[in-house]
Amino acid sequence: MDVILFLVFAIIAVLCAINVVVQTHPIASALSLIGVMGSLAVLYLLLGAEFIAAAQVIVYAGAVMVLFVFVIMLLNAGEEVHRGRSFVVQVLGAPLLIALLGLLVYFAQRLFPGAPMVRFGAFRGGTAVAVGRALFTQYLLPFEVTSVLILIAILGAIVLARKELD
Amino acid sequence: MDFLLLSLIKAAVVAAVLLTTLAYLQWVERKVIAHIQVRLGPSRVGPHGLLQPLADVIKLITKEDLIPPHVNKFFYLAAPFLAITMSLLSISVIPFGSEVRVLGQTTWMQLTDLNIGVLFILAVSSMGVYGIALAGWASNNKYSLLGGLRSSAQMISYELPLSLAIASPLLLANTLSLRELVQKQGGFEFGFLPRWNIFQGPWPQIISFLIFVIAGFAETNRVPFDLPEAENELVAGFHTEYSSMKFAAFFMAEYANMITVTCLTTILFLGGWQPLFPASMGSNLVPPVIFVLAGLVALYHGLNPARRKDRFTLPVFAVVFFALAAVFLLPAAREAILPLFWFAAKTGFLLFVFIWIRGTLPRFRYDQLMAFTWKFLFPVAVLNLLVTGLLVALVP
Repeated sequence: MDVILFLVFAIIAVLCAINVVVQTHPIASALSLIGVMGSLAVLYLLLGAEFIAAAQVIVYAGAVMVLFVFVIMLLNAGEEVHRGRSFVVQVLGAPLLIALLGLLVYFAQRLFPGAPMVRFGAFRGGTAVAVGRALFTQYLLPFEVTSVLILIAILGAIVLARKELD
Repeated sequence: MDFLLLSLIKAAVVAAVLLTTLAYLQWVERKVIAHIQVRLGPSRVGPHGLLQPLADVIKLITKEDLIPPHVNKFFYLAAPFLAITMSLLSISVIPFGSEVRVLGQTTWMQLTDLNIGVLFILAVSSMGVYGIALAGWASNNKYSLLGGLRSSAQMISYELPLSLAIASPLLLANTLSLRELVQKQGGFEFGFLPRWNIFQGPWPQIISFLIFVIAGFAETNRVPFDLPEAENELVAGFHTEYSSMKFAAFFMAEYANMITVTCLTTILFLGGWQPLFPASMGSNLVPPVIFVLAGLVALYHGLNPARRKDRFTLPVFAVVFFALAAVFLLPAAREAILPLFWFAAKTGFLLFVFIWIRGTLPRFRYDQLMAFTWKFLFPVAVLNLLVTGLLVALVP
């Protein structure tokens, strides 16, 4: 059952990801991206990380993508215009992509040779309690540094977007 | 196999009850607003207009399903589907009552209990924005687009105070599961004050409650925050180009969202299915007394009819109310339906408040709406959460 669900949602995620690139309209691309986020959330859920799954949907599929869609609608971005692809891209694009993926797999294999296979349901640290405890004990410094970083980004955005009052 | 069968039966029952409630909420709203405005409201179809929802459904189904030529067809068709799915989905984690025994089976009056129940509802409701935003965009109409944009901006803005207000009762209860949230609110302080979150210290939770309800009004696009469909500026907002069942889908989504928000308020702040005062002080007798009184009022007006047909319809209602009162006095049935009664009573009262406010308040201006949430509601919610967190940590 777990494996079937994993396959279904992994395939949906990959198809949606391809669709993000293939679609010519920005709204369609953005919605495919939501599909990717949603299926990723289901994959997290299958792995036993229910809090991360919920956060994924709330933050990425909910908040971030709503802003994307909002901006696309507001700017009324039209369809992408296709120009002819260059000869190099047409010939070398697919082989180079496959080579890159192959290299990634090879290095993953080299770096973690004896890594155990993932077993569904084996991981138990995904509850809100466990995540919270880890964040505020083991990963306190990275957590705080990240929040300060985000705060700086927000301030920067405000400073950049502020109109001069004159 | 038992589990599967039981779940299917429960899902069917919940869906049937929910859809009937959706239809009749519409009737209740029209009646209440009519009486606020000193009118009679729907009264032609059936006694007191009680068959009006049925007539509306038949009208909506048989209407011509028009797809305007200038729309983006795929998204135009997907939007109402998305809106209604997301708004009906969140009912699946709402606990309506405590454990019941039916035909030898013990089960909870809840479809499923997730240990991230609150987050699930937040996630699903945040996905509901896409239905409205897409409807506005795909209609290819400036009024629809403005409605959709307004609605998505409004929902993002009000989701912040909403989530912050939810966090305070969660701090008190220390759980994310909706069932456990209600269980933690059982019992009474000093023998009479219920341990509902709204009455709980150390910091008065009535503030979180008010923030949550205000943000809930905005999330469901209800008056005074119904800017996305402001008739005088935007025709009908995001659903201008929709007709027939697709329009009905948006309508149902709005009412389903209303029911979700009121259920969530009941669970988070008003103790879910827990009674208002202890059974030793006679809280078990509240439903029969209410139904007997309602029956007596109906009987009185039936015997002194204002209109001719009241002479027949109102005594029938009186008999129905007396029968309900009798059911609540049966010991066997009481165990199961008393929690359900308290839950329905609280949710029903909140729904009435929603309708009451619609009949009372005017609509905000758009800049007022945005200024209100960003300059007032959000800071207050942050402060409220900080103080609650601090006091919960300090006071053991």
